[in-house]
Amino acid sequence: MTAARPRRPRSRETLPDYLLSEQQLEDMYYYMLLSRRLSERMMALQRQGRAAFVIAGAGQEAAQVGAAMALKKGTDYLAPYYRDLGMNLVYGMDAREAMLNLLGKRDDPNSFGRQMPSHWGNAARRVVTQSSVVATQLLHAAGIGLAAKLSNDPIVVLTCCGEGSTSRGDFHEALNFASIHRLPVIFYIQNNGFAITERTEKEMAVENVADRARAYNMQSAVVDGMDCVAVYQTVRPAVDQARRGGGPFLIEAKCYRLWPHSSDDDDTRYRPRKELEEWAKKDPLVLFRARVETDGIFPREDLDEIEARVEEEVRDAVQWALMQPDPAPEDALGYVYKEL
Amino acid sequence: MAEMRMRDALREALREELRRDPTVFLMGEDIGAYGGSYSVTKGLLEEFGPERVRDTPIAESGIIGAGIGAALGGLRPMVELMTINFSLLALDQIVNTAAKLHYMTNGQMHVPMVIRMASGGGSQLAATHSHSLEGLYAHFPGLKVVCPSNPADAKGLLKRAFRDDNTVVFIEHTANYGFKGEVPDDPDFLVEFGQANVLREGSDVTIVGYSGSVHQAMRAAAMLEEQDEISAEVVDLRTLRPLDMDTVVRSVKKTNRAVIVEDAWKFGGFGGELSAQIMERAFDWLDAPVARVCSKDVPMPYNRDLEFAALPSEEDIVEAVLAMF
Ligand SMILES: Cc1ncc(C[n+]2csc(CCOP(=O)(O)OP(=O)(O)O)c2C)c(N)n1
Repeated sequence: MTAARPRRPRSRETLPDYLLSEQQLEDMYYYMLLSRRLSERMMALQRQGRAAFVIAGAGQEAAQVGAAMALKKGTDYLAPYYRDLGMNLVYGMDAREAMLNLLGKRDDPNSFGRQMPSHWGNAARRVVTQSSVVATQLLHAAGIGLAAKLSNDPIVVLTCCGEGSTSRGDFHEALNFASIHRLPVIFYIQNNGFAITERTEKEMAVENVADRARAYNMQSAVVDGMDCVAVYQTVRPAVDQARRGGGPFLIEAKCYRLWPHSSDDDDTRYRPRKELEEWAKKDPLVLFRARVETDGIFPREDLDEIEARVEEEVRDAVQWALMQPDPAPEDALGYVYKEL
Repeated sequence: MAEMRMRDALREALREELRRDPTVFLMGEDIGAYGGSYSVTKGLLEEFGPERVRDTPIAESGIIGAGIGAALGGLRPMVELMTINFSLLALDQIVNTAAKLHYMTNGQMHVPMVIRMASGGGSQLAATHSHSLEGLYAHFPGLKVVCPSNPADAKGLLKRAFRDDNTVVFIEHTANYGFKGEVPDDPDFLVEFGQANVLREGSDVTIVGYSGSVHQAMRAAAMLEEQDEISAEVVDLRTLRPLDMDTVVRSVKKTNRAVIVEDAWKFGGFGGELSAQIMERAFDWLDAPVARVCSKDVPMPYNRDLEFAALPSEEDIVEAVLAMF
């Protein structure tokens, strides 16, 4: 472990170019990095046969962290999708929990080994678990929005899916429902260019998912999902407006899936290496670090220190989680019904 | 004859049918350049082009509905649903239209469509992703339901499905894709629907299964012979609709005992139907109540130990058999 270096306290004052404080910028970098490093280790564990399945959000960290930071953590609901590790970290999941979830361990607070990895659910944190069937959570978000509206609770629900999932009826039904009733729901679509192997052209005839909002008389925006600051600046006003009763909002974050679809996928079968190399230059972590360094927000050593801290947390989490107990076989039988 | 895996046998069937019948076309998610999630359609895009091997948006109800329309329009679609789990989203189109159109129009219209889908648990894909719904589809009059256990049957049954003027729900257990076997290369090789297969002859007990459970039944039969000197007959149903009860009943009348094995839940499952029909037709021949070995009555959990606990095993089959003596 690296010796703790005395750190300059971070300012909580808003920086005009960012609309974020130094502290928030540090958090952004920390969560994005933690998400990426955890995912790397998860893939490694899968390759070693220690984890059955990994699905990750590499390339989407800025889109996830920037959006989640625009919410009131623990008050606003999150109905995420399977790539949203970054969002869950912002919402309070730590590295150890993320690893328990991956390994399906007994003490995984998401599901105690029942759900697939990356199907996070935590009632106390207001994270709603999802089905493996894509886009179903968008309707749940609309329903939570309805409950909030009927009980005059000034909360917002942010729900996510990929662009491919917006072909499903559930997406359209959710938008329609939320718009008719002007519910406080942010439909946050992470367009990473792929639905497993299929490119956007095969999935939809419009250029942007955001274009679809018009059909439901819903406001929408497109944002560069590789730019965490831009994401925050776009999502935050939409969240504030929804909280004030301004109705639902669709935001499309254009990003790029840097990795294969999942640990089961071989992307060399459908993605040219050249394309990947081009996009790697826009890696959200690289862009963020370059910007805050160039702008002189943090000295290089501070950023290095965050990297070291994240490395250490991930290392510890893996080592610790591997030693945690599995559920006992008879644990499979409980919780089918709620006992009255 | 050539030895191949079940996924290759399925591909051969599709290739031969695409060649034979110009009205046949395939559609589904990621079936083109990628060759499908389980590599069944690999290479077919290159051979037959994008008109006949079509990638679709993620919209299961949409592609089944459009498949029904294409069939009404004179084509013979094969729609691949990535897994049976997502078929639930298309259940209305399958059940309320594909299965009923012929009946509702008094025979004026029919839906010659093949719907292929991967099924089953055991791959740590958890509750919403591990369904065994063969029995659910068999519940609906108007559908044919096919569930092969081996490569030769897979090829012969799939080719037969394309010659059927009804909607055929063709269900492939994910654990079977890699299973190898001899497959006839005769392009006219078909396996008729409604013909169960006695995979192993025996005299003391009949074990009935389909799809993935057939392999468990075979392993259990070997264990029973070795450890307990019990001779088990194994019947592979191959199709649930039409259902070949004659073969099952003949076997039970010989062995006087029946154990039904399936991955699905016991409660309200297909095994209950089999058990009832055995009772109706062979009651006097039974030396013990019909037994069913099924999944535990819970959604499928993710953790490997939990999933093992939830799924039926060959040990469970052996135990069920021993309890009859
Ligand atoms: C209804 C349904 N159909 C198919 C699948 C299989 N599947 C899992 S992820 C996925 C791709 C989703 O693409 P997209 O919405 O763009 O999200 P991404 O994975 O690219 O982030 C598919 C087809 C599924 N989970 N649910």
